[in-house]
Amino acid sequence: MSESVLKLFITGHTPRSEQAIANLRAICENELGGQYELVIIDVLERPQLAEDEKILATPTLIKQLPPPLRRIIGDLSDKDKVLLGLDLLSHTEPKSK
Amino acid sequence: MTGDKQLLEIQKQETHIAGFDLISNGGLPAKRTTLVAGSSGSAKTVFAVQFLAEGILNGGGNGVFVTFEETADDIRQNMLGLGWDIDRWEREDKWAFVDASPQPGNEVVEIGAYDLGALIARIEHAVQKVNAKRLSLDSLGAIFTQFANAATVRSELFRVASAVKIMGVTAIMTAERTEEYGDIARHGVEAFVSDNVIILRNVLEEERRRRTIEILKFRGTTHQKGEYPFTVLPGEGMVVIPLSAIELKHKSSNIRVTSGNSELDKMCDGGVFRDSIILVSGATGNGKTLMVTEFIAGGIDNDERCMLFAFEESREQLFRNAIGWGIDFEKMEEEGKLKVVCMYPEAMGLEDHLIRLKKAIDEFKPNRLALDSLSALERVSTIKGFREFVIGLTSFIKHGEVAGLFTATTSSLMGGSSITEAHVSTITDSIILLRYVEMYGEMHRGITVLKMRGSKHDKDIREYTIDQNGMHIGKAFRNVTGILSGHPRNVEPEEMERLSGLFQEAG
Repeated sequence: MSESVLKLFITGHTPRSEQAIANLRAICENELGGQYELVIIDVLERPQLAEDEKILATPTLIKQLPPPLRRIIGDLSDKDKVLLGLDLLSHTEPKSK
Repeated sequence: MTGDKQLLEIQKQETHIAGFDLISNGGLPAKRTTLVAGSSGSAKTVFAVQFLAEGILNGGGNGVFVTFEETADDIRQNMLGLGWDIDRWEREDKWAFVDASPQPGNEVVEIGAYDLGALIARIEHAVQKVNAKRLSLDSLGAIFTQFANAATVRSELFRVASAVKIMGVTAIMTAERTEEYGDIARHGVEAFVSDNVIILRNVLEEERRRRTIEILKFRGTTHQKGEYPFTVLPGEGMVVIPLSAIELKHKSSNIRVTSGNSELDKMCDGGVFRDSIILVSGATGNGKTLMVTEFIAGGIDNDERCMLFAFEESREQLFRNAIGWGIDFEKMEEEGKLKVVCMYPEAMGLEDHLIRLKKAIDEFKPNRLALDSLSALERVSTIKGFREFVIGLTSFIKHGEVAGLFTATTSSLMGGSSITEAHVSTITDSIILLRYVEMYGEMHRGITVLKMRGSKHDKDIREYTIDQNGMHIGKAFRNVTGILSGHPRNVEPEEMERLSGLFQEAG
């Protein structure tokens, strides 16, 4: 299975940012079996990166690899939706029930 | 809201958008946000871009443009036509884009709560990067289309608005309106920035588009009220025509100059005032263009610089007619004393005509100016637009202490008045009427000075003839009445005597 490359844009370490990071880490660990590379970008520190990616909302999650490119905004509180949105479900064994 | 800072009077920042600083009494409130609302096609984006462009061009500081609707590339491309090379300014670090336009093919899924923190961070970053003094956000409402959760966007826009306030820039936010006269903006965007509101309109009036700008409010500072027409010109952008904002402070002169016809000068007690506006009204073929020609020739003889705007006849026609009366316009132009500008009335809107005329006058700096005819311009405009045009033009030329002669065509051959007259008669200083007079089955021509501000004048209606030497004013019509009303009636001499006797008895 190929490695996933994920970028998460946040605005400072607000509760919402922390929530998004925690949610994402849990999904990655549990569903991607650790096969992932996660970059967390604080737009307050790296605004130019947000400009380059034309990020408006935070948190924004970008799945760079594997293709296709996907964008999810929000605190990622719904695991199934995140997996669906990232188009990663097919890479993992769907759990029964 | 206490402290010394709050007690300071609100400063204005000059926009350098032509005419706008006049109607806004000095520009936009500095370091505040102004909402610019308008329907689609009302030149909101032009205003937003020009605000930054004029800042860069006129030392008003650098700018940041946040675009929610068009892509940055589209704006760069579209604004080239108006003479603004944004691309170059970006390379020179004078201009920065924050492109918040919808990204095609980028499907976005929303899961859970979010905010627009990244947008605010990007705007702050851009403002710092180019050390911006001006900021435009165009157009705010479009951001609603990019997100599913309108409630979140609404509360986040409040944050954006307050973040912009803290940045210390003078900002414009544009917003879409759905109707020309109704709610200020869609999505209730005005709730975010309600201190200062400008409305741009693009109204269809009698099959013609009329653009206007209105400053609805400037909290804590002054501005001119009401709608002002404006136009968007290639190479210049938006030009506001400040009509009533023009001050009536032109000096009035007692120096008389010739009307170009010595007999008419006599009727006017020695000539027309140097800075007065004369309206010549008459039916077609009555000698109006001849009066214009003589007016110009009279000026040239006195070594004045003359200018002629013709909307009815072509250059060739005008020159040929003038030659017929022994006046050589071509030579005058070669000597640089005269400038003839011929334009087709339908070629552009009246606002554009006005700006073209003003520019031409500014360049040539004439001492006298003739316009033939106002009526031709009237047909390309609405009544309101025409009034504004005449007021704008007269106040402009009075400002420059230029003698002006306008002609107006009456609709009927005999007597009557033209609509043009009704609209401009109070603005002009003198009115000269040219009328056909029918006597015993023959057509005669009559001239009278109806009014002349600040001077006595001949009250007679005099007969005049036109030949190859021009206009010759003769004796007064003595035994005809009803010339001006268009029903001339011959009165027998005995009747005349009886009539005058009647008045003596009464007196």
